[in-house]
Amino acid sequence: MTHVALHNIVKRFKQVTALNDVSFLIADGEFFVLLGPTGAGKTTTLRIIAGLEKQDAGSVSFDGEPVDGLMPADRDVAFVFQQYSLYPTMSVYDNLAFPLRSPLRKLPEADIRRRVEQVAELLRIHHLLDRKTARLSGGEMQRVTIGRALVRQPRLFLMDEPLSNLDAKLREALRVELQHLQKSRTSTTLFVTHDQIEALTLADRIGVLDQGRLIQVGTPTDIYDRPVTTFVAQLVGTPRINLLPAVRDDGTLHVKDSSLKLPVPAQAALPAEFLLGVRPEDVRPGSGGEFTGRLALTEPLGAETILHIRSGEQTLLSIVPGIAPFRLGDEICFTIQRDRLHFFDQAGVRLPS
Amino acid sequence: MASQNISVPKTPINYSIRVDKVGVRARIIRAVRIAAISVVAVIMLIPIAWMSMTAFKSRPDAVAVPPKVSFEPTLEGFVSLIAKTRQLTTEQIAEYEKNPDLNWADRIMLRRGQAIIGVSEYPRRFLNSLIIAGVSTVFSVSLGLLSAYSFSRFSIPGAGDLLFFILSTRMLPPVVVTIPVFLMYRAVGLYDTHIGMIILYTVFNLSFSVWLLKGFLDEIPREYEEAALVDGYTRLQAFRKIVLPQAVTGIAATTVFCLIFAWNEYAFALMLTGDVARTAPPSIPSALGTGGIEWARIAAGSMGFLIPVVIVTFALRKYLLRGVTFGAIRK
Repeated sequence: MTHVALHNIVKRFKQVTALNDVSFLIADGEFFVLLGPTGAGKTTTLRIIAGLEKQDAGSVSFDGEPVDGLMPADRDVAFVFQQYSLYPTMSVYDNLAFPLRSPLRKLPEADIRRRVEQVAELLRIHHLLDRKTARLSGGEMQRVTIGRALVRQPRLFLMDEPLSNLDAKLREALRVELQHLQKSRTSTTLFVTHDQIEALTLADRIGVLDQGRLIQVGTPTDIYDRPVTTFVAQLVGTPRINLLPAVRDDGTLHVKDSSLKLPVPAQAALPAEFLLGVRPEDVRPGSGGEFTGRLALTEPLGAETILHIRSGEQTLLSIVPGIAPFRLGDEICFTIQRDRLHFFDQAGVRLPS
Repeated sequence: MASQNISVPKTPINYSIRVDKVGVRARIIRAVRIAAISVVAVIMLIPIAWMSMTAFKSRPDAVAVPPKVSFEPTLEGFVSLIAKTRQLTTEQIAEYEKNPDLNWADRIMLRRGQAIIGVSEYPRRFLNSLIIAGVSTVFSVSLGLLSAYSFSRFSIPGAGDLLFFILSTRMLPPVVVTIPVFLMYRAVGLYDTHIGMIILYTVFNLSFSVWLLKGFLDEIPREYEEAALVDGYTRLQAFRKIVLPQAVTGIAATTVFCLIFAWNEYAFALMLTGDVARTAPPSIPSALGTGGIEWARIAAGSMGFLIPVVIVTFALRKYLLRGVTFGAIRK
């Protein structure tokens, strides 16, 4: 396989800057996920790597060789589109065989058949080979699309939200399958999604993109446990991280408009005003808790329950396992996990702690 | 307690309990609809039916008052259309009848006291129409397809203005531009040539075909081609293998529209052709004849003129059904 490097990519569409000085590396065999909200520039990045779009500045290289001058066909990548990419006038077999029949490859028909059948077996779509693509379900379609990428051994897989058009159950099933496929073939993959769960579960490393800028690159643990901005902190994790405005008073920090008080960690250099970030799982209700609050809302999800706890004017989200035995309006005692606090300055940038 | 009010049938229901498809009301609506469509169809088809009947009438039958619905069919109209004839005197008829070599066409015309002395202009002009309309349609659809594709897929500077310019060529009615075109054609030697007429109809249809095809191509998501580009195909190969098969409806609809225009065109053909490249439309009125109006001959000419368009439209009908209802293309 191939390692990929993007150097200072800039892309503008008329007045809008879609990508602003984006650089990152994807190691050989790595599953790299680009995570970001709609319009962040994720798809544009993929299209530039595939050669479907031309960057205004910067360079893309595969294995150290710049590919900027190459046509999409010559870059030898496979692209899984979000939708619409199965050729409607062809059968499933012909769709799968299409990349192999390219004039660039000139494979004998017997080889093509063997490889198509192999992939069909792998993705469990063998029984669909004679079908027209219009008569497939969403999950089957996306399987065939992935199959079309797998039939040849491309240098790089590019996947543009391949799961987002599927219903929740299918998405989960295909996600597991994808992960399994990638791990068993160790193929370099760049996967784009706006779904943080997909990113956290699939990725070896995640790149967080917002408004054309790459904000943070790291392993899922890095991203979740040490988000560099409040944007990243809020993007990953459900329910969302609690962000509370706080002030420092000597050795104590006070959460504004509430009675919450915590000692300032020894090594932290905090300004007078800042934002305190607490993940919901780090807010732990329990009889011996040092803080109290009133239960404003519960969201029982079965395996866990989300509690909305009012403390003064602030609301903290907490997530607890199982169905919680609390009732609305109850006084609740809780503790906050001290060693897992996040501090951000007023602009949202992480403070060292 | 409400659940106890629901009666559960003891035996399973194994007949259709859907009433929307079999209701009396639905059946009546359906019958009314069919009746209405039939009435409209009959009204639309009466002129064509009348024309077809007239084409098979003899001269006295064609002008009979009151009009004859039942008559003895004859091919007189068709024969006089494609044959050049000469009026015979009574003695000549008598002598001519004794000739043993007369074929069926000769006998038909003899009944009118005429002898066939050659082939008329009509077959040649019909052929001219076929060549000019056919070739210009192929050109305007294929050129239109390529430029529509470019407009649809690439960012062309000033694309909007260019498209408007292309459309604006269609804004003047043909009659207004025939004189200038006539003068230009005479100067460059394109007057009364097949090539001249093919160029003219191609250019005239091109604006229409670019606009129509652009609409159809815009409907085809570009992801298909992009997938093909990534899969190892060039732009042209992707166009041929992926876009073209999906654009057949649009191509069929455009072909029929272009063909009908080129086939029916009268003003240019009248002004810009003399004899060599004259097409069928301007020659049908010239069949009006000198000795009274030859209704049977005109009807026969019009009927023959209808047939090619009917054949092409019929051949492409399965694409047209979807093609002429633009927005309704399946995504």
